[in-house]
Amino acid sequence: METLFSVLVGILFAGSIYLLLSRKLVRILLGIAILGNAVNLLIFTAGRLTRDVPPIIPLKSYLPVEATANPLPQALVLTAIVISFSFLAFFLVLGYRAYQELGTDDLLDMRVAEPKEHSEPPLGY
Amino acid sequence: MAATKTTVDITAAMVTEAVPLADWLLVAPVLLTMAGGAISIIFRKKSATQPWIAITTIALVILSNIGLLNHVLTNGVVTMVMGSWLPPFGIAFTADPLGALLALTASVATMCVAVFAMNSIAENERRYGFYPFLLMLLCGVTGSFLTGDIFNLYVWFEVLLISSFGMQILGNEKVQIDGAVKYAVLNLIATTLFLAATGLLYGLVGTLNMADIAGKLKAFDNSGPMLGLATLYFLAFAMKAAAFPVNFWLPASYHTPRLVVAAIFAGLLTKVGVYALLRVMLLLMPEGRDWLASLIGIVAIATMLTGSLGALAQTDIRRLMAYLVIAGIGAMMAGIAVGNEVAVSGAIFYSMHSVLIMTALYLLVAFMFQMSGTFSLREIGGLYIRTPLGAGIGLILLLAVAGLPPFSGFWAKLLLVAGALEAGRGWVAAGILVSGLFTTIAVGRLWIFAFWRGGNEHTVDGIQALPIARSSDAADISWSIWLPLIILTALIFVIGILPETMMSITENGAKTLIDPTAYIGSVFGGIR
Repeated sequence: METLFSVLVGILFAGSIYLLLSRKLVRILLGIAILGNAVNLLIFTAGRLTRDVPPIIPLKSYLPVEATANPLPQALVLTAIVISFSFLAFFLVLGYRAYQELGTDDLLDMRVAEPKEHSEPPLGY
Repeated sequence: MAATKTTVDITAAMVTEAVPLADWLLVAPVLLTMAGGAISIIFRKKSATQPWIAITTIALVILSNIGLLNHVLTNGVVTMVMGSWLPPFGIAFTADPLGALLALTASVATMCVAVFAMNSIAENERRYGFYPFLLMLLCGVTGSFLTGDIFNLYVWFEVLLISSFGMQILGNEKVQIDGAVKYAVLNLIATTLFLAATGLLYGLVGTLNMADIAGKLKAFDNSGPMLGLATLYFLAFAMKAAAFPVNFWLPASYHTPRLVVAAIFAGLLTKVGVYALLRVMLLLMPEGRDWLASLIGIVAIATMLTGSLGALAQTDIRRLMAYLVIAGIGAMMAGIAVGNEVAVSGAIFYSMHSVLIMTALYLLVAFMFQMSGTFSLREIGGLYIRTPLGAGIGLILLLAVAGLPPFSGFWAKLLLVAGALEAGRGWVAAGILVSGLFTTIAVGRLWIFAFWRGGNEHTVDGIQALPIARSSDAADISWSIWLPLIILTALIFVIGILPETMMSITENGAKTLIDPTAYIGSVFGGIR
């Protein structure tokens, strides 16, 4: 099971890196969305996929009686999902505003902050 | 088995005694900034009261950080666990001298920026949340410095990242959105790589508590997976710290936001990346650091040279400063590459110095813009005649960033070079000195062009040009601009004249990092 998931994580990473290398902003945003999910799945897999009972501790004891499923990766993934989702929301707005303001979604044409022709620094004193 | 008992014994899983009052100082900075941020969001329409809410909060944070640093220096590493759960299960907040010193420096820099912003951030931008973002940024930065849990470190990274995005686009100009796209995308990718590495580390050792990880990795037989993880962490944090060759986002974006925003970014954000590198490479994975040492050294030298040569090639003063940030990052990474006590102490000293100096330099740029109305090295000039005090402050700050005595940067570089020579890594020492020479030339040119010559580049020598349009008089400069500049300059000067106290703190910090017994002992043994 873990092997299968590891391969899946690898495929997701490959896909997201391919998209991130693109010049188009929308593809980069899609790459970020996939990257977030790839990492979530990676954490989930790294916590071992076990089919066990829920981690419920019987009354008046502080250790579970038998082996239970690992709840921690789920807590981590939940945190990471919330964060990556909110960042994606911000990025979608930022990408749209960038398209509106700069009139392009091609990163090579986004040269407002770093113009192609710039004056040389003073040479000599 | 506990299930048969009638009463549950909780001492095996929880801290039962009350937390000593002094230990609350560990979480106080984070709680204060969170509360202050929330309050200033509530008052977001009262733009006149907002600065005072922020300044009061940050003043309290500074006091609490001074108390914490004092507590750590007298009692050793301090730990507090959330929910009183025994480590490694509860999220631990652990302050060692490194974290406490950087937290204090960060809060001082933020205070200066908060005061400076009173006059330079427009009223409508305050309503868009400059001060809440500033407080939440400080919250994220302080949380990163004080946490003892690696997943928690990731969460603080995201807190400071989202606040910085909000500050980056404050003003909503074309150029800011362009800069924000590059800044945001690359920083998020770096943080996601950090999260991926943390997930894999959890799969490897089954714990997230830093002290626990350090202990477990030491006992690990097969070092292969750990070396891979160390490399992944190095890439992620080097990207955050803007080290060569993943530094391109920094000069592409740091000149776009408001200058006070750039000041706090340059002061704090890259230093968080360096701090994380120090923590992970030295405390968690010393074996990984040894393995990567040559690579880190090469990256450090390349970063220093990129920074100092890049600074020489800039016309825009703001971009020149961005390259100086990168040059400083290289020097700190050189300390990690060498890895002995003296060099690590130098790296910690340099991070502290860099927080103060980079904040001060961007504030100086804002001051110079107000006096001259331009950022271009060709157009600026004649500031010495118009403001001798400003020229003096400028000279001190620029010499300090180049690492010349008697200012704070000199002692940091001295420790770095001494450490590198002691470890037999003369090439790292040579890199630091050569890059220091280039930086001196770059900042010397800046001072001569901006302050020394009479006017812009067409002015004949010895002639004082007329004041440039759009500029203000030295008498018009408000106290809220002078005060932060003078305080930061005074700090840099005093640390440079009396470095012994600071050196003993950084040495203490380096010792705790290299020999983690005190750190691990505080988390697992010293629970009070």
